Amino acid sequence: MLEHMTGQDKKSSLKEQIDENLRRVYQDALNEEVPDRLKQLLEQLRAKEAGK
Amino acid sequence: MTSVRDPRDELPDHLPALRAFALSLTRNGAAADDLVQDTIVKAWTNLDKFQAGSNMRAWLFTILRNTFYSLKRRTRREVADPDGIHAGSLFVKPAHDGRLVYKDFTAAFDQLSAEQREVLILVGASGFSYEEAAGMMGVAVGTVKSRANRARARLAKLLGLAEGEDVLADTDGGTLAVMGRSGTQAA
Repeated sequence: MLEHMTGQDKKSSLKEQIDENLRRVYQDALNEEVPDRLKQLLEQLRAKEAGK
Repeated sequence: MTSVRDPRDELPDHLPALRAFALSLTRNGAAADDLVQDTIVKAWTNLDKFQAGSNMRAWLFTILRNTFYSLKRRTRREVADPDGIHAGSLFVKPAHDGRLVYKDFTAAFDQLSAEQREVLILVGASGFSYEEAAGMMGVAVGTVKSRANRARARLAKLLGLAEGEDVLADTDGGTLAVMGRSGTQAA
């Protein structure tokens, strides 16, 4: 199928494939569980401020 | 008049995106966590500088990437390699039939420089416009476009999908900007 495409088609198809994979890389990272220590850090900062 | 949310209450909502962006830059879970931690502390102590009602994610991403690059400059753990040339020389081009295999893609993505991964994730995946990315990166919009095009071309080359560096260079910038914004739901 690729050989029937024009240069411009190939270029945009390539870009689409790259961007599709980039979104997946980012989405996979988004789906990872945020470590407890980062959530706790926010609570600690808030508690510290409340104690001022 | 709508009431503006306390930015302190908004911070937790951005944790997953901050960590995803940190992972894109560091490609290492422990380093990403440290980077997010530094970012949160900096953001918290500078919250008075955040303009209520403006884009908090963009503000946080800016702090994160500035922290990352200043740390990188200080530690000099990496050889200066903005185009990923040295790193890429160790990489074996995958065999394929014209479709990208995700595993090959992530391996190639790892070969890019942090600067290249940054621009691609900002405009290609996390839903920021070229204008927003330019603001975060502290460069002109044209620089963001050319950096993104070069990074895409390098990925394509690493993956054996294109002949050379100029394949994507003349891609229409307007279309790219629209595509960047249309990806907002992923952010």
